[in-house]
Amino acid sequence: MNKRAASPARQPTDWQTPAMQRRVRRRYAAERRFRLLGLAAVCASAAFLVYLLATMIAQGASGFTETRLALPLDLRGHVVVSPAQLGGPAADLALAGAGLENAVDAAADRAYPAQGGAALLSDGAWLRVRDAIKHDPQLLAAPVTLDVPVATDLDMAYKGSGTPGSEAAVTALGAHLSRGLNVSFFTGADATDPTRAGIWGALKGSLLTMVVTLALAFPIGVLSALYLEEYAPRNRWTDLIEVSINNLAAVPSIIFGLLGLAVFLGTLHMPRSGAIVGGLTLALMTMPVIVIAGRNAITAVPPSIRDAARALGASPIQVVFHHVLPLALPGILTGTIIGMARALGETAPLLMIGMRAFIAAPPGRLTDPATVLPVQIFLWSDDVQTGFVEKTSAAIIVLLVVLLTMNGLAIYLRNRFETRWK
Amino acid sequence: MSALALLFLIAALGLIGWVVARARAARFRSATTRRFSSLPQHHGWYVAMWTLLPALMFLAVWHSVAPALVTDAVIATPMAAALPPPGLDRAAILSEARNLAEGEAWGAFHPLSERLAPAYAAAQARYDWIATTIALLLAFSGGAVAFLRVRPGFSARSQVERVVMGLLLVASLIAILTTIGIVASLLVESARFFRIVPITDFLFGTHWSPQVIDARDPGAALGAVPLFWGTFFIGAVIAMAVAVPLGLMSAIYLTQYAHQTTRRWMKPMLEILAGVPTVVYGYFAALTVAPAVRDLGVALGVRWASSESALAAGVVMGVMIIPFVSSMADDSLSAVPAAMRDGSLAMGATSSETIRRVLVPAALPGVIGGVLLAVSRAIGETMIVVMAASGVASLTLNPFASTTTVTKQIVDLLTGEAEFDSAKTLAAFALGLTLFVITLLLNVVALIVVRRYREAYE
Repeated sequence: MNKRAASPARQPTDWQTPAMQRRVRRRYAAERRFRLLGLAAVCASAAFLVYLLATMIAQGASGFTETRLALPLDLRGHVVVSPAQLGGPAADLALAGAGLENAVDAAADRAYPAQGGAALLSDGAWLRVRDAIKHDPQLLAAPVTLDVPVATDLDMAYKGSGTPGSEAAVTALGAHLSRGLNVSFFTGADATDPTRAGIWGALKGSLLTMVVTLALAFPIGVLSALYLEEYAPRNRWTDLIEVSINNLAAVPSIIFGLLGLAVFLGTLHMPRSGAIVGGLTLALMTMPVIVIAGRNAITAVPPSIRDAARALGASPIQVVFHHVLPLALPGILTGTIIGMARALGETAPLLMIGMRAFIAAPPGRLTDPATVLPVQIFLWSDDVQTGFVEKTSAAIIVLLVVLLTMNGLAIYLRNRFETRWK
Repeated sequence: MSALALLFLIAALGLIGWVVARARAARFRSATTRRFSSLPQHHGWYVAMWTLLPALMFLAVWHSVAPALVTDAVIATPMAAALPPPGLDRAAILSEARNLAEGEAWGAFHPLSERLAPAYAAAQARYDWIATTIALLLAFSGGAVAFLRVRPGFSARSQVERVVMGLLLVASLIAILTTIGIVASLLVESARFFRIVPITDFLFGTHWSPQVIDARDPGAALGAVPLFWGTFFIGAVIAMAVAVPLGLMSAIYLTQYAHQTTRRWMKPMLEILAGVPTVVYGYFAALTVAPAVRDLGVALGVRWASSESALAAGVVMGVMIIPFVSSMADDSLSAVPAAMRDGSLAMGATSSETIRRVLVPAALPGVIGGVLLAVSRAIGETMIVVMAASGVASLTLNPFASTTTVTKQIVDLLTGEAEFDSAKTLAAFALGLTLFVITLLLNVVALIVVRRYREAYE
């Protein structure tokens, strides 16, 4: 017998009693609170992201510009260089040898003796004059006025955060100062003077490192994904390979740095802080990401495709390389781009293998000492000179733009080539 | 001949082999109506393979033994009799001579190396010449032998495919090699460390100050307990106190309440948080969050409010972790069968009651798995703590005080100008080993928890 049937019949709930209505109100209030809490959590996370980006842009935007001083130059008689010397590759040497740097400093001393003369100019100001002369040798023959970059403290003061002394100098110079796009930020390498420091050296190092990483991680990752998904027998060895790949994807990146330090530098004696070692280390880190993405993409290809190819007489290799791989490629590429974006933003393992040196020339070869963009940001962030704060933020903006573009590309590829198998 | 030119030459030979073999196979195919097991390109690949592989394998082996052979040849010259006995000096002179011979250095510190340089260059040139000849011979003869086998009845396809399979297997073995490499390098270096410092001192000692190591008792300054505590405090306590509520509530809101459009926009936005490089978070933590946290601590009347506080690093790390927690929670919430939710709603429960009493308990194993993975990620995170946490190891419960972590110490220990054999440098590897073991355990446990939970509903 059912117990409940034996008990006396329960009265229907009276929803109209004040107690019940209060209870319902309370429950609805709790519901609203909970919902608002959820919304608040989402908004808090988004707000943090927006705040972070806004801070970087606010601080970094001025890093893309430089303050320039109108400098009246009359180089006639001070810098004597024959026109033939200016044409060849030795022009830099010829102009430096002719005392251009001193001539520029002297011009500044003549033009602005009260405000500090040559001290107003950036260390790189004469280089700008040199490039202008190489571009137009006529500058040597007549008095001209050139806009040249100013020293860091003046630059900071003009942008609104200087010391009282430099603020006064800015006021005194008035209309002689102007603002322009800092091209050398994109074309220069690291320098001790913030007005000369640029990101091209680090960016090139990043590119070289990424080339090595991609050249190793992509083929190995795709091939091992194919093997594991399509051919591997189910046995203990395959399990071991699978477990170690999944495990590698979760190993902290700094451990890969230790591996690179001990194996590539310690045992194999490869060149310290070269892009090749960085690339190798990051390739080991990126490969598991590509394998996992690749396996997911390969599993998504329906078995009927394979069966159809087999039925027409294709060998196992032909089935995979003619049918499965092309169909899985968009998915694999998406995973690869995401893995490469992660590798591009990575800093810690590269610190371990010595890519943190001061490198004032962009690397030419894979074995040259190099640095990468995130490490450059790390190095600049340590710099106490105030001019580097805006450079750091500006470099961060560049890095974020590159990374978001890569991630956007991955999302685009996924949406564009996503195949829905029925 | 330079190495690059040699490689190009071998590649060119391979290409020629491919074209010629393919053409030959195509010719005998067109002559009959017979059916063949291999396509012309299989024959092409077969010949190219035999041209390339032996030569490249020889070069790889040669590359690793040649420097020793060259050095031996130099030592055998009469001029080398003046060399000091084997030791550091001798190695320095020889390496200088090598740099001179290769044109990478212009001056020499030892006069002897300048005299040895020509001998070095000569030996190098001789061995290079030998290597080039052998490699080309191998490429040519391999290709020729393979070409002679290109006949109508020959099954080139099975041969080529066997090599491709081998290539695939080798590729997947690299993962194992990497794992072995990591474990071996950590173990070897840690073993050297534990010969100097007793393992009990390292694991249970409470004093960490690697800057001043007493040579008689190195273990006294290398007790890692404060580091483990700092790592746990920042990564598992503070970061999770930020990430778990925010991540879980975000996932609940986005899966249960949010409008479809909101979800489509907000979910990628949260994922961007995971895509921001950690060096950016570190810079942000050091520049913006840390001073704010210190001011807050001062305002609250905390006596030791540091500008390198555990709180600043932990909060920023927690924000970085939010997307991990929220996407794991998202997955496990959506995996709960709809019937359970519908049943609860049908009984008259409100949405929030359903979520709290039914969905979250049902999804709990998945959520816990996600949190464990997030913890493993947080304690392995380096740049935020390198830039925002201090280097001073202390056992403190005060979130405004400064603490340090394992990863921060690894970076500090290895970026100084220390020799490779000191207890200080080797300690970094012991810390790395500990970190590896802990994150491995966390990941394994997390995966087991998640997997067991998934099976429950399938």
